[in-house]
Amino acid sequence: MLQRNIPLIIVFGTAVLLIVAFFIPHRPFGDLESRFLNWYAIVAGFTFLLGLDSLTRHHLLRVLRRSPGWFYSLMLVLALFATLGLGLYSWVRFRSPFALNAPFMWLYTYMIIPLQSTMFATLAFFIVSAAYRAFRIRNFAATLLLLAACLVMVGNVPLGGPVWSALAQVLPLWVKTAIWFSARLLNIAIPDPKSTEFITFDLPAAFKTWLMSSPQAAAGRGINIGLALGGIAMSLRIILGIERTYMSS
Amino acid sequence: MRLWERLATIDRRILYGLLALTVLLPLILRPRTRIQVSEPVQNAFNAVDRLPAGSVVMISIDFDPSSAPEVQPMLLAILRHCFKKDLKVIVTGHLALGLPLAEIALSQVPPEFNKVYGRDYVNIGYRPGYVAVMVGIGRELRDFFKTDYKGVPIDSYPFMRSVRTYRDIGLLVDLAHGATADAWIQYAGGRFNVPIIVGCTGVNAPGLFQYYHAHQIEGIIGGLQAAAEYESLIEKPGSATLGMPAQSAAHGLVILLLIIGNIGFILGRRRKGGGG
Amino acid sequence: MTALLQLLFFIAALVPPDSVTVSDNPNDQGGAILISWRAPTKESIPVVSYHIFRSTSPDSGFQEIGSEPGTRTEHLDNEVQDGKAYYYYVQARTENDSSTSDVAGPVVSRAQWFNTGRTNVLVLATVICAIFLYYIGRARRGVKMFVRRIAGLDAIDDALGRATEMGRPILFSFGLGYITDMVVIAALPLLRKIAMKSAEYAVRLLVPNADPIVMTAAQETVKEAYTESGRPDLYNADNVNFLTSDQFGYAAGVDGLILRERPGAIFWLGYFYAESLIMAETGHAVGAIQLAGTTETTQLPFFVAACDYTMIGEEIYAASCYLKPEPVMLGTLKGEDFIKMLLIIFITGLVLFGTIGFLVREPVPIVARIFDTITAWLLPAG
Repeated sequence: MLQRNIPLIIVFGTAVLLIVAFFIPHRPFGDLESRFLNWYAIVAGFTFLLGLDSLTRHHLLRVLRRSPGWFYSLMLVLALFATLGLGLYSWVRFRSPFALNAPFMWLYTYMIIPLQSTMFATLAFFIVSAAYRAFRIRNFAATLLLLAACLVMVGNVPLGGPVWSALAQVLPLWVKTAIWFSARLLNIAIPDPKSTEFITFDLPAAFKTWLMSSPQAAAGRGINIGLALGGIAMSLRIILGIERTYMSS
Repeated sequence: MRLWERLATIDRRILYGLLALTVLLPLILRPRTRIQVSEPVQNAFNAVDRLPAGSVVMISIDFDPSSAPEVQPMLLAILRHCFKKDLKVIVTGHLALGLPLAEIALSQVPPEFNKVYGRDYVNIGYRPGYVAVMVGIGRELRDFFKTDYKGVPIDSYPFMRSVRTYRDIGLLVDLAHGATADAWIQYAGGRFNVPIIVGCTGVNAPGLFQYYHAHQIEGIIGGLQAAAEYESLIEKPGSATLGMPAQSAAHGLVILLLIIGNIGFILGRRRKGGGG
Repeated sequence: MTALLQLLFFIAALVPPDSVTVSDNPNDQGGAILISWRAPTKESIPVVSYHIFRSTSPDSGFQEIGSEPGTRTEHLDNEVQDGKAYYYYVQARTENDSSTSDVAGPVVSRAQWFNTGRTNVLVLATVICAIFLYYIGRARRGVKMFVRRIAGLDAIDDALGRATEMGRPILFSFGLGYITDMVVIAALPLLRKIAMKSAEYAVRLLVPNADPIVMTAAQETVKEAYTESGRPDLYNADNVNFLTSDQFGYAAGVDGLILRERPGAIFWLGYFYAESLIMAETGHAVGAIQLAGTTETTQLPFFVAACDYTMIGEEIYAASCYLKPEPVMLGTLKGEDFIKMLLIIFITGLVLFGTIGFLVREPVPIVARIFDTITAWLLPAG
């Protein structure tokens, strides 16, 4: 019972203290928030040792047991300690591992940057396969989604401008007027349909900005307001000890 | 397998191969592209441009090498713009692996404008615990940054002596690929009313438009296209401008694939509907 | 014409900084005084910089304590002692001239017991908490409440069943979340439920982590769930391990794990950034049934495209209430819904009011003024 109640009391006490401190600038409350955050940063720093322990133990065991793929585990452990060693050496020798001429910086420039960029770049491939599979016009809503996606993609690159210009030159005036009218309804500052600016105007980009800052932001705000409320409800449940599912029983 | 079924189920590996080719060819052939500046980027540019000479701009490097191809061109362009306008620059960051990117940029741009470390710009480095740092600067920068990243006291640099809180910072530029942008807007912008512009990856840009629309940030530079727009505004094309044809082609390919996939899907559905 | 302007420019004298006011900096923990002055009139020569001088006596001992560029009209002196009286004057300087203001003061700095800039937060927080407490109270009194189902939660059992049938392991990821992220705390009860089922079916549960504290919490949760299900022998700490805190290193590690172990069910519940799709598409490629839930809205489209079920927005916060449907927990959900309804009414009303205020700004300016006062009050003020 005590084992369960003490953590609940600590949670409640800390929460009430921090809420009160938010409104009181006077000492000792004023800097309580940053003090607590600093404590967290210190504790978090030390827990990286736990991570290091978990990682090396996992992979050393694989090497010792000659599990399938043990060679990669060996490479991981060697790379881990080589990086640590180079970092420490650069720190002692050049005062900072990230000094431009330090060997650690060499590792950073020629290994970390390309490796991380490559992983991020794979996202482009996965987006293509996911979009190809998921964007099917199953119903009216999905059709709207597909249209919006295509417009954002066209508006997001310089391709959109020339494509629109070519199209605008061949469109009859009544279509142009209809487009002008619809754009004005959406509050997009589009030039007069009879003028040459109408042709050079980057409508896809303007429409993309409208999509992003109006319907997209509206939905985003709705979700975020919900999230904030859900967050408050969750916090209250934790502070009042109603929510205990995250704790040991 | 019927044709429409094939159209609707192209193998992943073929899609990946097509994308690789579509990106690679424009990078080799380097066709020219015309870049039009969008409103959020123009506003971000204006926010820097209207600062009087001598104002302090704080640039927070909250991206790491993974998003460097998209965000580093923004850093270079903004640094060039700041130095051209004789603004003072403070560089900080909340990712240990991000700040070396700032060092690389700072070894490149300032010499172009005869700018000197300590007189025109300072790199105050990284401190863990980003929320504490953001809230803390509202009271006193020195609570967290007594020295720069080299360990030299910041007060030994003349322009830094008058920089104590957000009040002394004319503009905050956050170059981010994650939640730090929201934190800067909520903690620094919301509590201390610092003008903020955000540069971020294309993926993260949609989430920032709500702040932009509510005037909580002055401008957004979202993705490679926006970086290219900023480059065109300072009239110094860089790697973002270079990447534009490739990105255009890739977007074109995705749209084409979506059309093909949907034609296959509709034909397939009709046949099934007609037969069954 | 230009010559005339130049002439005017040269004859114009440098006007000293006008009406210097000094006051205790509001809403702080003391130790700061705010000095502000009025920008010189147009005819004056442009000021390059203002220099601020301070003394503890009105007549002597003034020393420069800081400077501001010519565009600024205030300076915060935060090197003062509380309770001590100070005097200030401001000197405006141009390229080759200077002009000094009158001495202002005395002024004393002190710490405040309430941050008046946060009154709005206090009022709103009190109202919101009161509504929640009312609904929790109602639930305690036994009033029946209806809450809709979340499809994603129903899918957990199906996914676990499928993985067991296929004889494949289960993978659970918190993404890059820290223990300070509410979504990670909200996902822990779900991990517990999944771990209990996996112990029951004797299926391996893999939890690769990006944060050591989250890893420790996950290990505890899984261990306990296994013990509670009567299968402590199945628990292996090596299955709940740390990969790396680096974003794409983590994505590469998880992708490798997915391709080697070919899990039958994958749960993405936590904080995800751009790596979300890289991992979820790999999961799709090995044919896993996938369930996602995150509060990071930018990643939702990716999860929706690649996963079988996605919990959107605050659904994941509500999840624990469904797992352990105690009336008090459901009470907070009801309270949340009620506040949402109030907010919808309030926002719609305010927008209408503002629009009417704008339309009738000429004949009845008071409406617009009331609207401005309300919105100004709502703005955060530090």
